[in-house]
Amino acid sequence: MSAATAHHDEAHGHEPSYAQQTKSNRLGLWLFFFSELFLFGALFAARFALWGNTRPELSQVLGLIVTSILLVSGYFMYRAEVAIAHDDRKTFLSSLLAAAFLGIVFFVGVVILEWNVFGLELNAFGVEWFGRLKPRDGVYGGVFFAMTGMHALHVLSGVILILFVWNNGRKGHFSPEQHWGVEATALYWHYVDVIWVFFYPALYLIGHLA
Amino acid sequence: MGTGKIILTSSFTRGIIGQAVFAALGIAFINVIRAALGLEATLEPGVVFGALISVIGFLLGAGVFTDWIKWIGGQKTPLRHGTPAGKPEWSRYLNVDYNHKVIGIQYGITSVIILLVGGIFAITFRLELAQPGMQFLDNDAYNTLFSGHGIVMIASILLGVGAMVNYLVPLMIGAPDMAFPRLNAFSYWVAVPSAILILAGMAVGGWDTGWVAYPPLSLRAPLGVQLFLLGFYMNGFSSIAGAINLLVTVATMRAKGMSLFRMPIFVWAAIATALIQFTATQTVGVSLTMAVAERVIGLNFFDPVGGGNPLLYQHLFWFYSHPVVYVFVLPGLGVISELLPVFSRKPLFGYKWIALSSLGIALLGFLVWAHHMFVAGMPNSLRYAFMLSTMFVAIPTGVKFFSWVGTMWEGKLSFETPMLFVLGAISVFLIGGVTGPILANVPTDLHLHDTYWIVGHFHATMFGGFIFPFFAALYYWFPKITGRMYKESLGKLHFWLMTPAFWVMSLGQMSAGIMGMRRRIADYDPALGVANTQMLVTIAGLVIGWSVLIMVYNLVSSARSQEMAAMNPWRSRSPEWQIPSPVPEFNYDVPFEVVGDPYDYGLSDSEYIRMMPAPSGD
Ligand SMILES: [Cu+2]
Repeated sequence: MSAATAHHDEAHGHEPSYAQQTKSNRLGLWLFFFSELFLFGALFAARFALWGNTRPELSQVLGLIVTSILLVSGYFMYRAEVAIAHDDRKTFLSSLLAAAFLGIVFFVGVVILEWNVFGLELNAFGVEWFGRLKPRDGVYGGVFFAMTGMHALHVLSGVILILFVWNNGRKGHFSPEQHWGVEATALYWHYVDVIWVFFYPALYLIGHLA
Repeated sequence: MGTGKIILTSSFTRGIIGQAVFAALGIAFINVIRAALGLEATLEPGVVFGALISVIGFLLGAGVFTDWIKWIGGQKTPLRHGTPAGKPEWSRYLNVDYNHKVIGIQYGITSVIILLVGGIFAITFRLELAQPGMQFLDNDAYNTLFSGHGIVMIASILLGVGAMVNYLVPLMIGAPDMAFPRLNAFSYWVAVPSAILILAGMAVGGWDTGWVAYPPLSLRAPLGVQLFLLGFYMNGFSSIAGAINLLVTVATMRAKGMSLFRMPIFVWAAIATALIQFTATQTVGVSLTMAVAERVIGLNFFDPVGGGNPLLYQHLFWFYSHPVVYVFVLPGLGVISELLPVFSRKPLFGYKWIALSSLGIALLGFLVWAHHMFVAGMPNSLRYAFMLSTMFVAIPTGVKFFSWVGTMWEGKLSFETPMLFVLGAISVFLIGGVTGPILANVPTDLHLHDTYWIVGHFHATMFGGFIFPFFAALYYWFPKITGRMYKESLGKLHFWLMTPAFWVMSLGQMSAGIMGMRRRIADYDPALGVANTQMLVTIAGLVIGWSVLIMVYNLVSSARSQEMAAMNPWRSRSPEWQIPSPVPEFNYDVPFEVVGDPYDYGLSDSEYIRMMPAPSGD
């Protein structure tokens, strides 16, 4: 037996099993979430330090719409995970696309409408559809763009992950027994949702208008 | 394959090329967009964006992302093991490798190199300070050098911690590797472009804010501060990923029978360290990115001109930067507790107390951060609270001192180099320890804040808590890592030069501080009466520098010698010493089972681990 094959056999015995690796992955992911809590927590604390009991003027309708869209997208992500666990590939793939699509709508809602990066104006149904707060508008601009920006970055990465999962799912990569990639992406997506559930009231609801 | 070709095609070279290319692309991209939008041409936004993506360029070039990119495409990639075919063993250390021992050594060598760089900075401005008046530095160069010294040494210490944790913990708990080997490689490699960014920041104009970068000064500092902030920030990814990896490894991969209170004590220190690293690092990341964004995009957080609050930065910054002190010292204190029983031939006194005191220090560390801000303007009620919580840190730290004394008491002590450095560490950490409460105390702190007293105090804690134990660890595990023995005579020479020199340096700094010498100042009034002390401190600093060079020479030349060391030269009971040196690729050919307590030195027929019978039919 040559040294190379001996080496190969030896290496093989040291790879952890799928179940064992998934157990480690799950713990690692939750630790990562705990870690990120300090990132979002620091931003949250900055909001209260700088805004106190006040808030900037933002479009309430717009805030409510994007929040609802993100929550609905969370439902589709959940449906995708349940579907792959039951080997229902059709629902799995369509739910993933729905979740990603709604994620993109949320992202567009924040960046194009609320941030108004193109400087547009539209008043329809009695609602201002494009935000007026600018990054340089003192601490209100600073905190608002920092919190929504950091969250949007997570949404964007979540959408990209969902699309990768969809692409691999399309190629038949996951099974009811082995779909850690789906589970991890779903957890991440729910996590990003939950963060927004705290960010939304902090930005849009708490305090009186400055 | 020739040496030159291996170096030119290594991950290091490819990473640096990738970093340069991405930096150039980033700068070009932003400037093209700005030109298209008709904005005036300024350097900073392009540099910031270029610096940010340059780290990605380094990692892509080095090949850190290769496996993950394949995973995204749905491919499975088996873990690479061993030296690649047709290449010498040393080439592994220049390339992305997934073995925890290789990564540990990569951390260690990088740490020592960066330590020397930071040391050169220190010696340069120490020479300037040796006499009153300006000799050969101007104010800007002085500011850049002391700021660079601070952050470069912090980077070095974090790398050193990574070295010890990565190399030792899997061996100590009987695991074949870390839980996430690719993430482990990422944790090391991301620190390299981060360090390059910081050094680049010194080259492109430097900065004058110290390593703390308080706004509003940092908002008006030269361009270099941006690269420093970004390098510091990027280094955080290394800490967070490494810490999560370590926690999962210890939680899931311990040998049979290794309950939490039967782990080697260093593992407890590593856990406590990781708990700080994977949480607190996030908040400093927020403060650093906020400062970057405030400068580049104009988001207002800290500048009072726009309604911001500079104290917010300090709170977020110290919420990490106090606990990180324990990231530096807990592994060092763990080394002390690990080595003392071996060289005293006695059980570790109060194992459980030591283990829990590490956790206690880590948790208390989250409650004391504002003691750095007593003079920054805070309500008196908060001052009392933070004074009290800071004083409490003395309790778990005191537990460790008592345990060390208890371990040595009536032991059969022997004084090889690692033991000398452990004793040196205790003496130096004691200096740092007893000078701490004076700073925790509000009335005395108001006078000593920003003086050389602080400089003396924290250098004593850093040397006693990290540098001395780190050197002890380097000597102690050197025969494990290389299979060779270092030269004992040179090791002792290193110790006897460095230790007294450090006492002189540290006490000298503190006495200059009491006399009114301020820190972070390039010059001082001869009337202060500290000129002789400053000269003495400079000479002591030079001696420390030379002694470290002796260690580097000792370790490098010994590693190349042909003579092999004994398998267990220290007669240690720890599992890593029961297998050959250097350690085989997968650590333990047969798994072991823990059947007793780790530190029962001197107790007859007590066993710690027992190798399990080899699996049959293989
Ligand atoms: Cu502190």
